[in-house]
Amino acid sequence: MQLVLEKRAERSTAIALISPLIAIGLTVVTMSILFVLLGKNPLAALAVYFITPLTDGYSLQEIAVKAAPLVMIAIGLSLCYLANVWNIGAEGQFLVGAVAGSWLAVVTHGSDAGPWVLPSMLLFGAAAGALYALIPAICKVRFGASEILVSLMLVYVAELLLDYLVRGPWRDPAGFNFPTTAEFDPVATVPLLIEGGRLHLGVAITLLVVAGAAVLLGRTIKGFEIRVVGAAPRAARFGGFKSNQLILLTFAISGALAGLAGIIEVAGPIGHLQPGISPGYGFTAIIVAFLGRLNPVGILIAGLFLALTFIGGEQAQIAMKIPLDMTKVFQGILLFYVLACDSLILYRIRLIMPQRKAADGTA
Amino acid sequence: MRKTVLAATAAVLAAAISLGGAHAADKLKVGFIYLGPIGDLGWTYQHDQARLAMIKEFGDKVETTYLENVSEGPDSERSIEQLARAGNKLIFTTSFGYMEPTLKVARKYPNVHFEHATGYKRDKNMSTYSGRFYEGRYIQGIIAAKMSKSGVLGYIGSFPIPEVISGINATILGAQTINPNIKVKIIWANTWFDPGKEADAAKALLDQGADIIMQHTDSPAPMQIASERGKLAFGQDSEMIKFGPKTQLTSIMDNWAPYYIKRVKAELDGTWKSEDTWDGLKEKMVVMAPYTNMPDDVKKLAMDTEAGIIAGTIKPFKCPVLGQDGKEIECKGGDHLADGQVLGMNFYVKGIDDKVPGGK
Amino acid sequence: MGLLEAIILSVLAASTPLLIAATGELITERAGVLNLGVEGMMILGAACGFGGTLLTGSTIVGAICGMLAGTALSLIFAAMALGLAVNQVATGLALTILGIGLSGLIGAGFVGERIATAPHLYIPGLTDIPYVGRILFGEDGFVYLSLLLVIAVWLFLYRTRAGLILRAAGDNHVSAHALGYPVLRIRLYAVMFGGACAGLAGAYLPLAYTPFFIPGMTAGRGWIALALVVFSSWRPGRLVVGAYLFGAVTILQLHAQGWGIGIPSQLMSALPYLATVVVLVLISRARTGGSTAPAALGTVFVPDR
Repeated sequence: MQLVLEKRAERSTAIALISPLIAIGLTVVTMSILFVLLGKNPLAALAVYFITPLTDGYSLQEIAVKAAPLVMIAIGLSLCYLANVWNIGAEGQFLVGAVAGSWLAVVTHGSDAGPWVLPSMLLFGAAAGALYALIPAICKVRFGASEILVSLMLVYVAELLLDYLVRGPWRDPAGFNFPTTAEFDPVATVPLLIEGGRLHLGVAITLLVVAGAAVLLGRTIKGFEIRVVGAAPRAARFGGFKSNQLILLTFAISGALAGLAGIIEVAGPIGHLQPGISPGYGFTAIIVAFLGRLNPVGILIAGLFLALTFIGGEQAQIAMKIPLDMTKVFQGILLFYVLACDSLILYRIRLIMPQRKAADGTA
Repeated sequence: MRKTVLAATAAVLAAAISLGGAHAADKLKVGFIYLGPIGDLGWTYQHDQARLAMIKEFGDKVETTYLENVSEGPDSERSIEQLARAGNKLIFTTSFGYMEPTLKVARKYPNVHFEHATGYKRDKNMSTYSGRFYEGRYIQGIIAAKMSKSGVLGYIGSFPIPEVISGINATILGAQTINPNIKVKIIWANTWFDPGKEADAAKALLDQGADIIMQHTDSPAPMQIASERGKLAFGQDSEMIKFGPKTQLTSIMDNWAPYYIKRVKAELDGTWKSEDTWDGLKEKMVVMAPYTNMPDDVKKLAMDTEAGIIAGTIKPFKCPVLGQDGKEIECKGGDHLADGQVLGMNFYVKGIDDKVPGGK
Repeated sequence: MGLLEAIILSVLAASTPLLIAATGELITERAGVLNLGVEGMMILGAACGFGGTLLTGSTIVGAICGMLAGTALSLIFAAMALGLAVNQVATGLALTILGIGLSGLIGAGFVGERIATAPHLYIPGLTDIPYVGRILFGEDGFVYLSLLLVIAVWLFLYRTRAGLILRAAGDNHVSAHALGYPVLRIRLYAVMFGGACAGLAGAYLPLAYTPFFIPGMTAGRGWIALALVVFSSWRPGRLVVGAYLFGAVTILQLHAQGWGIGIPSQLMSALPYLATVVVLVLISRARTGGSTAPAALGTVFVPDR
């Protein structure tokens, strides 16, 4: 007797709707067991993770702020992934965007530059991210080099570049030589949406990006091309789509969005350039893209949900002394369940009796 | 009148809610933000040890919370604010990178007191504190020069920030009092914490002829490599003798406990004020591990130096301090370099045959 | 001991965990599966390997514990990516998060403990040969084990029928399936082998490199192992070259600093990564009879029934 996976004739809409609920249910059960093993009250712990952060305005704001860069990067990545090319170097594009945008803030620091500074910074950041993402894209279309590897390697290069700049040329002259630039001037800072809060303009920009991506994918020919090239490359060739051009385009867009997210983080919540500006956003965003099923609205929801676990994890550390590692385990398990349940949209699991056992059946 | 009634009701409610213990409502909540995991055996570990010592001192008068592995990026402001919102009245943020976020949160929560380690920005409700680790380095320099046979010291730096640069300078100034021709080889690991890389750096230094390993990174890996090779080394942050019983000469230990106890006591007494604390051997914020694996005369010299620094008769950065070009550094502190000059140090002293990375 | 000899010894030690992890991942990828969770499997291997040796005092038990831990995580990956046909990139990244979390929970009790390092080989006569003795006969067993592992993998891939079938599964799973080969079972074994190797590579760090466990001590080596596999264009021979090259650049940039060569250390640290990109482009461009990526790498396979 064996369990095997079988492709459904068409995707199951019913499962598409309930799969996240099943996944959350399974996570709740698994985590309850782990919490009991850890000697914590599982109900209280789960409430801290999932409910408490949703009950006050402050935490909701924080969830939005945390989710914004993840969603913005993931939207770009989803275009790549839909076109079946693998940009996993968004972290590097994020950093390079932050660096390029910050350059303007550093050179105009202390001058009486006008309100053009911030918009230019955002443009610089997006452009630099796009250019940086084009390196692996060009290596791929020109030389056939794996974009996965090249984009990943460039993450480390970007980290070191940032490190070099803030420890050397761009160091705050009044900062006792600590590795950070001066705090950006007000004209170089992303404005807050709510006075005294942390909700900033970048969150609104992220929502625009989500809407833009939804229109691009759902309503335009380019979006259609991207999806066809990814899903059926041969059909795309017959259709006369230039897949190389699309690779370059999707990489450029995803790089631009990652770069934009980078400069927004730096000019917004952080306020200056320093090492370690990203707690792995570029990598977490890959997971967000898949959790959101490569769909713009799905990505928005996935990003908010993942942000919830970060905020909840922190509140669990404070309120219940649950170690941070537990939150990582929790996130890992949650991701596994969500991905696994989503698989059932396209596939069904069947029970096979021994006499019908196929040649392979390791499922 | 109305206020009093309200307050009384609140007090009753609070008492009713706090089933844990009679004093629960009076407990002072103290929060900590840590850069690494509490098990890093180095920087964060020492802060956490001090937190535990502070709890021991005050018992159930305090309740502490910590957040570990808080990156210095965009998350830190939120983490600090979360602690403030959770009712912590005194919050220690234990890494330089938390300076701006701490300042921002401090302005938002004027009734909460903040303590930021190793920074230089303060506010009405935000103090700073750090240790004069260079004092310990000076003693290490003297011991190293005495113990080195090759006359070459190996120094593993993390990042070329002033704290590390001043440590290297103090080491060399101490060593030059024994051996004017002492050499130091410096390798920047560009990390605070990567045991493998720190071990590689220690190997490289030993292979290049250094016979004493000094480190300004956090893991015990270099100590352990020196021990494998039968060479000598100094610990960092914490007591590392376990990793080199025949190797460790001494270790500069960060001892935050007295400071944490003092500040929490001030908070309990209602006498907390924003201050700038930069304590050293004298106040026991910097503590030397027992002097081991050295002859008695060197041990005595080390102890005399320590006593001299505590008494104020020995000053590591006593003027004249010569820069690499042999010119005298401007002496802003009377007979020694001013604190500001040490806190922002970005030059090597004469005798170091290298360049400060990123320096002009 | 001469300086060159000393440098070679350091390079050998620094390269060994990379080589072991990359060899495992090479087999996984040759079977058509991209498991990005190497870092997660390594760090869990480090925690469990340290625990095993701490409890028993035996390096071998520790190594086995590390391998088991890596294998256990890889089974989760297999259940997801093979059993449920979930996207491999996302699953691998999630695996890394889980591995880091689990290693932290398991390792919390190990803080401050230390174990004895894995003994170095000593063969009277041979180890004492000047210049080469220490290098060829005087390192810890893992160093030589890793080379044997690569040779075994090479023989397996190119000299056995099973290896041929594995490559077929990675290059064209539809044809392999049509020919009657159990594609998913082959891939399961390949993923498990990759997990065991990653676990062993992780265990190498606390057992032989720095004899204590600290959360996060793998410090990104799993990612480098992934890069090496591509750098090698999926060939075991080039993997050895790549691993030692990477180790050499890492060690030499430290030496260059000690010699006081005034290049920004960040640039030197970036060199291995830039070199990987350049070599990759050159290899991809030349395509001199070498194999490029397994054609089915990273794609899901669900057999028709």
